[in-house]
Amino acid sequence: MNIRNTITIDGTPVPFQDGDTIMDAATRAGIYIPHLCHNPEFKPHGSCKLCTVNVNGRNCSACTFPAADGQQVLNSTEELNATRRTITQMLFVEGNHFCPSCEKSGNCQLQGVAYFLNMLDPHFPLFYPERETDSSHPDILLDRDRCILCELCVRASREIDGKNVFGLSGRGIHTHLVVNADSGLLKDTDLTPADKAAQVCPVGAIIVKRHGFESPIGARQFDQQNVSEWSLSWEPAAMGDEHG
Amino acid sequence: MTISDADQAWLSAVVANHGRHATRLLQILRDVQDHFRHIPRPVMQLLAEQLGVPLAQVQGVTEFYSFLSTQPQGRYHLQLSDSISDHMLGSRALGTYLCDKLGVADGETRADGRVSFAYTSCSGLCDQGPAGLVNGWWLPKLDRSRIDRISALVEADVPLSQWPQDLFSARDNVRRPGLLLSNPVASGSALKWSLMRGLASTLDEVDKSGLRGRGGAGFQTSWKWRFCFEGPEETAVCPVEKGERMERYVVCNADEGEPGTFKDRVLLNSHAHQVFEGMTLCAGIVGAKQGFLYLRGEYLALRAKLEAVLAERRRLNLLGVGILGREGFDFDIEIHMGAGAYICGEESALIESLEGKRGTPRNRPPYPVTHGYLGRPTVVNNVETFVAAAAIALKGGVWFASHGTEKSKGSKILSICGDCARPGIYEYDFGVSIAQILKDCGAANTFGVQVGGPSGVFIGEQEFERRLGFEDLATGGSFMIFDKTRDVLEIVRNFTHFFAHESCGFCTPCRVGTSLLRNAMDKLCAGHGAAGDLVEIGNLGQFVRAASHCGLGQTAANPLLATLERFPELYQSRLKSISFEPGFDLDGELSTARRMTGRDDAHAHLEQESV
Repeated sequence: MNIRNTITIDGTPVPFQDGDTIMDAATRAGIYIPHLCHNPEFKPHGSCKLCTVNVNGRNCSACTFPAADGQQVLNSTEELNATRRTITQMLFVEGNHFCPSCEKSGNCQLQGVAYFLNMLDPHFPLFYPERETDSSHPDILLDRDRCILCELCVRASREIDGKNVFGLSGRGIHTHLVVNADSGLLKDTDLTPADKAAQVCPVGAIIVKRHGFESPIGARQFDQQNVSEWSLSWEPAAMGDEHG
Repeated sequence: MTISDADQAWLSAVVANHGRHATRLLQILRDVQDHFRHIPRPVMQLLAEQLGVPLAQVQGVTEFYSFLSTQPQGRYHLQLSDSISDHMLGSRALGTYLCDKLGVADGETRADGRVSFAYTSCSGLCDQGPAGLVNGWWLPKLDRSRIDRISALVEADVPLSQWPQDLFSARDNVRRPGLLLSNPVASGSALKWSLMRGLASTLDEVDKSGLRGRGGAGFQTSWKWRFCFEGPEETAVCPVEKGERMERYVVCNADEGEPGTFKDRVLLNSHAHQVFEGMTLCAGIVGAKQGFLYLRGEYLALRAKLEAVLAERRRLNLLGVGILGREGFDFDIEIHMGAGAYICGEESALIESLEGKRGTPRNRPPYPVTHGYLGRPTVVNNVETFVAAAAIALKGGVWFASHGTEKSKGSKILSICGDCARPGIYEYDFGVSIAQILKDCGAANTFGVQVGGPSGVFIGEQEFERRLGFEDLATGGSFMIFDKTRDVLEIVRNFTHFFAHESCGFCTPCRVGTSLLRNAMDKLCAGHGAAGDLVEIGNLGQFVRAASHCGLGQTAANPLLATLERFPELYQSRLKSISFEPGFDLDGELSTARRMTGRDDAHAHLEQESV
């Protein structure tokens, strides 16, 4: 590793490797930058904007912005966390997220991030969109009410499963997840519960059926550790895998 | 719907004509839309098979572009421009008149399938509005009598090719030619001169001219061309010959979608040779073999003429293999049509669209100049930039740089519309004051000007001594004038609706934020705003500006923030005298219940309670 390759994050020197994004360098150094559409197993996407950081005075997405020697990165500031809180609130009001009745509650990264950022209310008027639920598949449920359009399932199905089961359609606020079948229904695809695309959803939009309440409330993922601890518990290693 | 054998054969021929390339998907879908008046699901399936792309991708592209539809449109699809300049000329009332006349509803197709109607974003005819489109062809200067004629033609089922030509004919309206429009370049002359002198010295001239991109952002043109020539850093192992190793592309951005802008319409209509000459010079300099003109869907009427100009240039050996006898100087230009998506004016979204995909902006870096079309170094420049470059190649950088100001050399072509006596095209040297422009176009009783379109800035009377230029008021060319009879909040509301409609949906802040802004402006304009709403809408605007992924979101709140800062009293005068007002209408929520029970008496209504 080139010893000169160093950035600072909130004043702390952080080394980076050639080809690293700011997110890569931070994750490797055990620094959490909130994120939802980013998953170190996939090529960065840069759409949710939760990982917005300030680099040398300019806002950019940590997950896509290349690390470069001498960068001064601000991450955990009051202002940036307020921005992230607003983004999280927007994701909540855009869809239909009813945590108390959602089987993903406690395992949901959107909810985890909201707790981490101390989001206390949705702030904005709710959109209450009408979205179609697809329960046609015997083993997998697609509940678009909870979809945050991160495209992780799209990427997983294309890049890892080699099946291209999902895609995004529509534009603007009408953007929505579509299923790659003549009928548009999940039952007519070759998606299986073992596929990465069925497991990667950070929220409760794609759920493997009949496993919802295996762990009781209080014993779920984010009941044990908060989203930053959880991320840092596996993401550095996952990144190592990808980089061989 | 099943697809007949004849239609299947038609489709296979279309796909074959487009070389079965997935990059042609959007172009093919435009043909399909024309043929079937929509994109039928079975056709999506056939296309997915024949192009080797997932069905979800075909659907995703179809549902991204406004001009493609999954529901059948009428054989005559009528659209009216929703630009604020058309609004001010009474387009909404005209739309209602048209709908009544033809018995069709907004956004719907008449039961007999003959006619459908919809509002659309700016159609590029703001100097001759209210304007519309029929099956994509311009309908300028609409009024009731023209609507009557159009309705009669539709009801009599007269094919579009037999409609009277005066219904379609758009004028250039060049009111004040300047540096470029008064000195047109004879086709081939700039190329001949450049080849004689050496293309490297042409790049030096462009450099000396100080030309900056005319789309609004103002990146130095010579630098862009040089970066493209040099290519991506990772391939620059050794400086020799890297100009030849990788394919390069030259793209002309003619997706002039900013409401109020129509200068490219005129340049392409009357100076197409010069546009293509500039592109060819650029290709010679950076080493590109292929160029694209990305033409906005609303400019369909220009296409045949542009194809004819390209054919003529091939005949004159100004395009094709061995241009002007120079061995190895091979370049040609293809026209790609857009399909109703403002976002494709953003250069990386434009490139995605050129590749046949949804027009969402890419993550940068890397920039298109090193990783553009198909990942190759690509120059994307505005129509006017290429026009200027051709003139500079012929007349020299000093000629150009002697006009304008220190930081903004040369001239700017403006599209002027709104409240003035003579809307149209005006060309000025940079540095001209707003007051001068207003005087020249015959504006009176002016309240304010939106400089640079909705994504630009709104300035009021006190600022009319400000000057056009990158150092003061940068502009892509839109110049919309509003007089003192206009309602500023309605103007801002129109713009927020535009941005919410055109947001691509990729990033959260813009996707959700532009819709929240639209709803908040609706609430204010409907008289339901409270003091808290003003604070809220200002904060939201700042947030969308700071957090969005690309220029669309970063500028979407400009009209709101600019007017809120300059005219807070106009906003305050619309507020209720309370601090909080609910975002929904309690009484309105009961309307379904009233309809179901058949009641409309006083007891079936609620008074909105406020705190």
